[in-house]
Amino acid sequence: MTRKQKRLTLIGFAGLVLAAAVGLVLFALNDRITFFTSPTDLAVGKVKPGTRLRLGGLVEAGSIERTEGTTVRFRVTDGANTVPVTYTGILPDLFREGQGTVAEGAVGTDGVFKADTVLAKHDEKYMPKEVADALKASGHWGEDAAKATLKK
Amino acid sequence: MIVEIGHYALVLALALALVQSVVPIWGAVKGDERAMALAGPISVGQFLFVAVSFAALTYAHVVSDFSVVNVFENSHSTKPMIYKVSGVWGNHEGSMLLWVSILALFGALVAFFGRNLPQTLRANVLGVQAWVAVAFYLFVLLTSNPFARFGQPPMEGRDLNPLLQDVGLAIHPPLLYLGYVGFSIAFSFAAAALIEGRIDAAWARWVRPWTLTAWVFLTLGIAMGSYWAYYELGWGGWWFWDPVENASLMPWLAGTALLHSAIVMEKRDGLKIWTILLAILAFSLSLLGTFLVRSGVLTSVHAFATDPARGVFILGILVLFVGGSLTLFAARAATLTKGGLFAPVSREGALVFNNLFLTAGTATVFVGTLYPLMLEATTGGKISVGAPFFDMTFGPLMVPLLIALPMGPFLAWKRGDILAVVQRLAAVMVLSVVAVLVTWILKGHDILPALGVGLATWLMLGSLAEILWRIKLFTEPGVSLRRAVGLPRSAWGTFLGHFGVGVMLLGIVAEGAWKIEHVLVMKPGDHIRVERFDVAFERAVPNSGPNWDEVIARFKVTDGTSNPPIVMEPSKRTYRTRSMPTTETAIETYGLFSQLYLAIGEAQGEGVAMRIYWKPLVLLIWIGTLIMSIGGVVSLTDRRLRVGAPTPHRAASAAAMPAAAE
Repeated sequence: MTRKQKRLTLIGFAGLVLAAAVGLVLFALNDRITFFTSPTDLAVGKVKPGTRLRLGGLVEAGSIERTEGTTVRFRVTDGANTVPVTYTGILPDLFREGQGTVAEGAVGTDGVFKADTVLAKHDEKYMPKEVADALKASGHWGEDAAKATLKK
Repeated sequence: MIVEIGHYALVLALALALVQSVVPIWGAVKGDERAMALAGPISVGQFLFVAVSFAALTYAHVVSDFSVVNVFENSHSTKPMIYKVSGVWGNHEGSMLLWVSILALFGALVAFFGRNLPQTLRANVLGVQAWVAVAFYLFVLLTSNPFARFGQPPMEGRDLNPLLQDVGLAIHPPLLYLGYVGFSIAFSFAAAALIEGRIDAAWARWVRPWTLTAWVFLTLGIAMGSYWAYYELGWGGWWFWDPVENASLMPWLAGTALLHSAIVMEKRDGLKIWTILLAILAFSLSLLGTFLVRSGVLTSVHAFATDPARGVFILGILVLFVGGSLTLFAARAATLTKGGLFAPVSREGALVFNNLFLTAGTATVFVGTLYPLMLEATTGGKISVGAPFFDMTFGPLMVPLLIALPMGPFLAWKRGDILAVVQRLAAVMVLSVVAVLVTWILKGHDILPALGVGLATWLMLGSLAEILWRIKLFTEPGVSLRRAVGLPRSAWGTFLGHFGVGVMLLGIVAEGAWKIEHVLVMKPGDHIRVERFDVAFERAVPNSGPNWDEVIARFKVTDGTSNPPIVMEPSKRTYRTRSMPTTETAIETYGLFSQLYLAIGEAQGEGVAMRIYWKPLVLLIWIGTLIMSIGGVVSLTDRRLRVGAPTPHRAASAAAMPAAAE
């Protein structure tokens, strides 16, 4: 091989790997990401049933219902609208009524959000940023909540 | 008083760093030997002052001086001593102080071990190192001062986040920072080389030990963080593709690429410009990691603070150093001489292959981590990019890399013979195919895990075969022992590093494909069969520790043999000060590498919700990374790479590497 051929082989191969990486990323960005929605987004029908998404808001006070086994029902609210959620599994340590949560799953045709993952905050003062933003957007962002998030 | 001394010492360290960032470089330009010689003592002095500062903060934490805001917010008088000490870096301000302390330590080490570097290079390296230091001292002093006091000291502190009160997390940050910050040396060497416009094989030999040291610490730090997430969070996962994890993976991938490209530079004088670029990238990604974790743009257990001023400040540092170094690179890279040529199939070619896939992998992690942030900043849309994205992008890119990995070390420099390599690895290939078939037959005709086991076998046996060929075990067993002793340590390091990748992959495949998970509610007296184990819930027992109370669920586990039953006690712990519950898992290891994993959730009536996992071969994930790190340490002991002894490449060690030359 000549010097030029060697260089072209190298550049060609590098281009190939790069193209493969770009292709994979584009495909995955189309297909393998989940959007974050608030209860209000769901209520106004922005989302098709069955679409995988993350639902964020506060766990409505008095809404947690446990059934036989590990299935839990609760409602997530952003102050303006609420969405019923079911989840089978173990809730995180800091999952509480009146506190922020993010549930990942999809809405069924019955309007119930079936979650397969439920996240809560990491410590008692922290609220997921998405939840804080959703509360601000719906005008239910209280000073207390703001203080709790910004402090520390 | 001691706290004020600490604060003052930090200011003095900044002053020294300012001097160090100008005078030696000016000396190098003017050829002033005295100015250049100043760099050494100043960097040692800088380290001493930072050490005093760090010791002062540690003192405040140890004696629980709650008049210091930092101690008040992150400590408690009843906290065990080990967490009083680890609490120093278990918060934003303290961890940034640890960051600059390690930076100063590395600077002092370069000054100490680099006494026989060319004078101008040493002056420039330490000068650039001081620029980084100045930026971070200013960050600590202006936005994150750990020495701030209260006017009215409170009586008691708020305690450390309970999730961080754990031995694993006590040592995870220092290890990780030694890795992150260690790459600053490679960065400084790269910037110095660009400033001087001169670079040669000796440069690579000087940089390699530092890069290797940083890489070893980063590997251990990431592994430690992953093991902590596994046993402390109670979800049983070991890697979540969380942005914070990705922030540490990116510099690791770039650093791994750098380690490999520096070999080409050292041995063949090739890939110089690329190596310089990788050195800049590895540290830039470390800075990016620091920004992501410390600025509060991500919400995670690491995001101690959400003060916008801090985020903007670190972003400024990031832009300054990444932008500055890349501009310098663009301006000066063309002046560097180009290195030797090689055929596509050769050792150099294999290392380029490695670099291509590692950097492409880094790029996918980069996109997946930053795309949600960029999307939110530009359109306000909120998305989450998780495991499915990375499985789809990063996963496929690693497969060709791992398939090619055992073949690389067999190829000769300049021009390799792929057929000869295949011939030597034929037995390993056959065994790997056998591994695929056996797994496929025994483990439920599932093709992907079977291929994974085959790939892991290929990696482990392939790296083993390479070292065995080198000591001529198959051709001249009589001389093997002598050759094994005479082989350079770096060859053993390569073997261990590559072997560790295979071990880790085996753990990943087995855990991913054959783990068993049960989520259920159990009452006292209930028992359940999981894999071959009988897990019986006996009763709940209250218990308390220095700063927490807990409810222990006592389980008796029999493994289906005549072995006596084992008691496992997962618990739900509540830390008093923050009234925050945590899950304490109970983990029992069976057959060396597999684990039974119990975690309890909330109480439900008389029962308790719980998770039971059977995790086959899960420990291999971390044992593999440990083997990789040991490989790095063994390489470091190679006399060729001995820090501060950059003697020209010796003919003797070249003769000891016949496998490559044949």
